[in-house]
Amino acid sequence: MALLEVKELGISFGGLRAVDDFHLTIEEGQLYGLIGPNGAGKTTVFNLLTGVYKPTDGYILLDGENITGKKTIEINQHGIARTFQNIRLFGDLTVRDNVKAGLHNHYKYSALTGILRLPKYYKVEKEMDERAMELLKVFDLDKEADYKASNLPYGKQRKLEIARALATDPKLLLLDEPAAGMNPNETQELMNTIRFVRDEFHMTILLIEHDMKLVSGICEQLTVLNFGQILTEGETSVVLNDPKVITAYLGE
Amino acid sequence: MLEFISYLVNGISLGSVYAIIALGYTMVYGIAKMLNFAHGDVIMVGGFVVFSTMSGMGLPPVISVLISIVVCTALGMLIERIAYKPLRKASKLAVLITAIGVSYFLQNVALLIYGSNTKSFTSVVSIDPISLADGAVIISGETIVTIIACIVIMAGLTSFIKYSKSGRAMLAVSEDSGAAQLMGVNVNATIALTFAIGSGLAAVAGVLLCSSYPALTPYTGAMPGIKAFVAAVFGGIGSIPGAFVGGILLGVIEILGKAYISAQLADAIVFAVLVIVLLVKPTGLLGKQIQEKV
Amino acid sequence: MKMKALSKNTRSNLITYGMVVTAYVVMEILLKAGMVSSLLRGLLVPLCMYVILAVSLNLVVGISGELSLGHAGFMCVGAFSSALFSLCMKEAVPAGALRFFLAILIGAAAGALFGFLIGVPVLRLRGDYLAIVTLAFGEIIKNVVNIIFLGRDVNGFHISIEDAFSLNMEPGGEVLINGPQGITGTPQDSSFFIGIVLILITLFVVINMVNSRTGRAIMAIRDNRIAAESVGINVTKYKLLAFTVSASLAGVAGVLYAHNLSTLAAQPKNFGYNMSIMILVFVVLGGIGNIRGSIIAAVVLTLLPEMLRSLNDYRMLMYAVVLIATMIFTSSPGGQAFRERYSLKALIGRKNQEKEA
Repeated sequence: MALLEVKELGISFGGLRAVDDFHLTIEEGQLYGLIGPNGAGKTTVFNLLTGVYKPTDGYILLDGENITGKKTIEINQHGIARTFQNIRLFGDLTVRDNVKAGLHNHYKYSALTGILRLPKYYKVEKEMDERAMELLKVFDLDKEADYKASNLPYGKQRKLEIARALATDPKLLLLDEPAAGMNPNETQELMNTIRFVRDEFHMTILLIEHDMKLVSGICEQLTVLNFGQILTEGETSVVLNDPKVITAYLGE
Repeated sequence: MLEFISYLVNGISLGSVYAIIALGYTMVYGIAKMLNFAHGDVIMVGGFVVFSTMSGMGLPPVISVLISIVVCTALGMLIERIAYKPLRKASKLAVLITAIGVSYFLQNVALLIYGSNTKSFTSVVSIDPISLADGAVIISGETIVTIIACIVIMAGLTSFIKYSKSGRAMLAVSEDSGAAQLMGVNVNATIALTFAIGSGLAAVAGVLLCSSYPALTPYTGAMPGIKAFVAAVFGGIGSIPGAFVGGILLGVIEILGKAYISAQLADAIVFAVLVIVLLVKPTGLLGKQIQEKV
Repeated sequence: MKMKALSKNTRSNLITYGMVVTAYVVMEILLKAGMVSSLLRGLLVPLCMYVILAVSLNLVVGISGELSLGHAGFMCVGAFSSALFSLCMKEAVPAGALRFFLAILIGAAAGALFGFLIGVPVLRLRGDYLAIVTLAFGEIIKNVVNIIFLGRDVNGFHISIEDAFSLNMEPGGEVLINGPQGITGTPQDSSFFIGIVLILITLFVVINMVNSRTGRAIMAIRDNRIAAESVGINVTKYKLLAFTVSASLAGVAGVLYAHNLSTLAAQPKNFGYNMSIMILVFVVLGGIGNIRGSIIAAVVLTLLPEMLRSLNDYRMLMYAVVLIATMIFTSSPGGQAFRERYSLKALIGRKNQEKEA
């Protein structure tokens, strides 16, 4: 059974059909790419998958469970985590606390335990700190753990967002243009990190990207969106050489 | 029934005053994205200027009112220049606190000049009341003038914004001040103009308010200011028709609430209506829904 | 690295507690030595109250990032519920300390209850809309309290919203809440010492909450609501929690207020929006989210008008000017540049540079 199965997904904003008859099947452990020109509806698909928008049609199955129309926090608890196109960190929190916020639902104690500083508080906080540092180390952010997140350079902010998403222990990780604004060296490093995450965390990853070098470098399967509809899909090398795709990107 | 009509007319009259004040609130909010808490106190200044020039210096009412409008317009621009302009890029809270400081400042200057005793304000209106249904419903001259003034201001302001260059500049700045600047709109001048118009209107509102409710103290403007703010939010803050509708409705609700439910609870009723409206429609009656882009 | 960060945080908090305790000790010494004017002595309990209000409001405005203009309403609820309790229990629980302890719990519970009930609908709103609705609720509370008449006689409690006569009490009945006149005869249980203890408890609750999983969730929501939802943080729950705890602590401040006066009446001056705004001024001037700053600002800004008393009528004017000047100085680009150039740090730095040169 596929990890993610999406069928006939659609959403309308007023009269505008932003995404129509979208389908997607991702197997466990896959590195899947969602590409298409600007305004094709890629981020809208992410917003539908994560419950930011409620779909008007279709359904979404994650690991066989129907998560269509569920709230964002429920979907996260079911196992989908994401990053954002326009980075959304907790800017005034430290780098470590950003990750610890991601651990929120996995290391629990009550508000009262926290206020009264019961022994459980110290125990759980210590575990959280350790886990957070582990994750930060993966992304080479451990030295910046006490920095304010908003003070990190751009590339590291993108990485921190991935670390925070991983902290929620997802089954499926959605990356929205992870390489946006990065130089070729940073992009290369990011590709290695994404592969590492997939292998080390046994993660299934769906990403939106415009950087074709990254897409062709790491994605195994692609779906191409254009004007809210699927233009084509299949293996990366095949899709990228499809004349339809080239036309969609470059125009007639 | 006749009683109801006379309450209703009074309500529309009070609502007209709220609407005029709310216009100032809403315009400033729309353009500078700030809650100008001192706006209510400009009303009070307007009242005192008329009080001084008319009762003190014996000038004719029309001249007094004109002086009052000029003084308040200048005051509004001065406040903007000194207190708000340096904070254009500061946090909303910083601007809010500054506005509160300006409010305290105006109140205390008035307190120093006029003392805390209530001044009895002589109405600027000398039109005879209209008596309807054999005297069962009497509509005072103040009421008539207030309602007419509100309609005239509303119509004038709407056409100013729609047809004049400065008016369209105001719209552009309220939509996106950065983009407006790039298109050659002088943002600073536009904001100053907005404050000027808003404060001039506040002077008018002050005169009308004090003519109908002739007790003037340094704190006269505070509560109507808050109510007008409520009216602006009620109608959808940033929307000019919203301020008009919100103001009138608020005035009517307040007067009817006072008459039929409880005089002590009138303010609570006004606020309760606001709460209910916002809970049903979180951006007010005519406010625009702005969706955050993810 | 980690330990250092932890200790830095803890140290900062210890300084805050220490500051309060030191202020108390110094004040007690001055009191014993008779060096405190009666004016200042009368201000001690209100000072404690303002500090509690400022710290608790900072939890909503600074930590949770929501602008609330109705804090005085929760204080009002705490004041009236606890004063009513103390009045009724004057005979039943003659021991002042126990009765006051219970009164504080009642005030805190009442504040929390209203915070919760108001928070549920209000926290769906954003920004300025939330501000105006909290202001509205504060005014509603004040207005409603003013029309309540409550009496007690042999038959039990009677309530009316008309006047004291409509209570229809048996002879010998006692009017507990007398509409706009409020509650008279509340035992004056508040003291400077209790005020300080309550400040310390407030600090304990707020500081520990902020530095825990709960606080992290609240601040994450403040910094980015959508991202917080994306990592599974329940936005409504944590906003409501911050709001409720804050309201509860405001209720405690109300208990302190009510038991410092023999007559408690809800007026625009004590429970109106002006009071809420004044507390907000403390919070903003002390630094948004800065707990210690709230304490200092509350104390300084309460004492400032008193210290300026020699200026008579000009003192509130001065207060207004100070307020505007401070905001422009701290928040405008010009003021910030000025501060950077002439701050103590910069001056010392420059001196060192000169020395090296």
